[in-house]
Amino acid sequence: MTAVVQDRRPAPARTAAPPADVRPRVRRLGLRPPVPLAAGSGVALLLVVWAVGSATGLIDPRVLSAPWTVVTTGVDLAVDGRLVENLAVSLGRAAQGLVWGVLAGVLLALLSGLSRLGEALLDGPIQVKRAVPNLALLPLLILWFGIGEEMKVVTIALGVFIPVYIHTHNGLRSIDKRYVELAETLRLDRRRFVAHVVLPGALPGFLLGLRFAVTGSLLALVVVEQVNGTAGIGYMMELARTYGQTEVIVVGLVVYGVLGYTADRAVRLLQRRALSWRRTLED
Amino acid sequence: MATHARGLTGAAAGAPTAPAVVVRDLVRSYGTGAGVLDGLDLEIGRGEFVAILGRSGSGKSTLLRALAGLDHDVPGTGTVDVPRNVSVVFQDSRLLPWARVLDNVVLGHEAPPVQARAAGIAALAEVGLAGRERAWPNELSGGEQQRVSLARSLARSPELLLADEPFGALDALTRLRMHDLLRDLLRRHHPTVLMVTHDVDEAIVLADRVVVLDKGRIALERRTPQGVARPGTHTSTHATLRAELLDALGLDAGTGTTTGTTTDRKDTP
Repeated sequence: MTAVVQDRRPAPARTAAPPADVRPRVRRLGLRPPVPLAAGSGVALLLVVWAVGSATGLIDPRVLSAPWTVVTTGVDLAVDGRLVENLAVSLGRAAQGLVWGVLAGVLLALLSGLSRLGEALLDGPIQVKRAVPNLALLPLLILWFGIGEEMKVVTIALGVFIPVYIHTHNGLRSIDKRYVELAETLRLDRRRFVAHVVLPGALPGFLLGLRFAVTGSLLALVVVEQVNGTAGIGYMMELARTYGQTEVIVVGLVVYGVLGYTADRAVRLLQRRALSWRRTLED
Repeated sequence: MATHARGLTGAAAGAPTAPAVVVRDLVRSYGTGAGVLDGLDLEIGRGEFVAILGRSGSGKSTLLRALAGLDHDVPGTGTVDVPRNVSVVFQDSRLLPWARVLDNVVLGHEAPPVQARAAGIAALAEVGLAGRERAWPNELSGGEQQRVSLARSLARSPELLLADEPFGALDALTRLRMHDLLRDLLRRHHPTVLMVTHDVDEAIVLADRVVVLDKGRIALERRTPQGVARPGTHTSTHATLRAELLDALGLDAGTGTTTGTTTDRKDTP
């Protein structure tokens, strides 16, 4: 019996079927190759559900406007200039807050990461600040800076500097000691050591912090714009709420979403460019 | 051949010049237990190549780190006199992964940037890596990375080259090629060399003098066949020298007949 079975098996394989790929079975632990356009499929499905719901009347337009209403409203707002104007104000705020926050975060991370004195004086207060939710500071910041632009930029910057500080500091401190030794034997001075070893070594950490920072800046933006704003995407949405214009609110949400997505993509692109020397699971 | 270079070194050593490295009564201990270096004395002549052998924990790396000035927090006493221009080659190539090969080679070079880069390119060509200046260290093989690290040391023409098991992480074939390369490089730039190694044969074929450390002291000191050109030496063949060194390392001479015997055997008493 067994002899017959063993005899019959190789015969058709030799003549007809193409040779089977016989590799040892090893469980794959790395990722499979990426599927093209797969990232968009989930979003596309969501849009289809929304469109079908609106078209069939399952979704009340007062609760959520139809996608085409949102598109036409968006076009109208863009054409009459309101959207661009408000977007410029919002972007300006976020950018200002981001720049100040990133500068402060990197500077403080360097001071506290490279000196014991800096660590003793700075790290504690920053950890305390980190424990307090950023937006809880808003009442205090309004008392200090009023309800103008200053308060808005400061709030965004305060939210931004924490992730930049934490991740840059962590990046600094996890630089391999062997590279520090190398720098010592090469007689690098402090400035060259920071420029060639510390900063590039902390760059992966910094860029991760930057990704959190960008998202955080938009979060803070949304909140501060709804506090006594007179311009900006948030103000536009606040106004739309009082008039019950759901479609304008959704346009604002879409704009926030696009902003967040674009900013994150930009940082990831920067990450890939700046860290091209790394070979990781992702590649 | 580059006999004149060897002759030059020999002549320099023959002249009554001051030694390049003087270590006097060096004591280093890490707090716990006995001292790692226990009153060590060592002199290395200008242009001489000394190999340090020793079992794990014999203090050979501690000695190298003391000469390199890397033992900041290690308590100890004694004097160490080394030249101003010292360069270290580590067991790992220790290239900054975020800097391209040439930038690694010229990192910390004292010359103005243009001269430094020229020196770096020349050094890379010398180790057979011309054209790889813009490569990332991760793109190179282990042997190539170690050659870059040699180039980094050479580019700053060191008076003293300290090497901490420089070929320890390489495969046997690459290691032999690196020996040839190192010999060739030393023939042209004759720095004083102190190399810590686990490999008895490597020590014999590369060095002028082999020093065996044990418990932080010098247990044995011998000139190698190529070191006998120097004055005050005694002659011995590779085989007898090998047996003698293995014996000093606490290895039975019988086991020493297999090739590639190293001293990091865990079963040595």
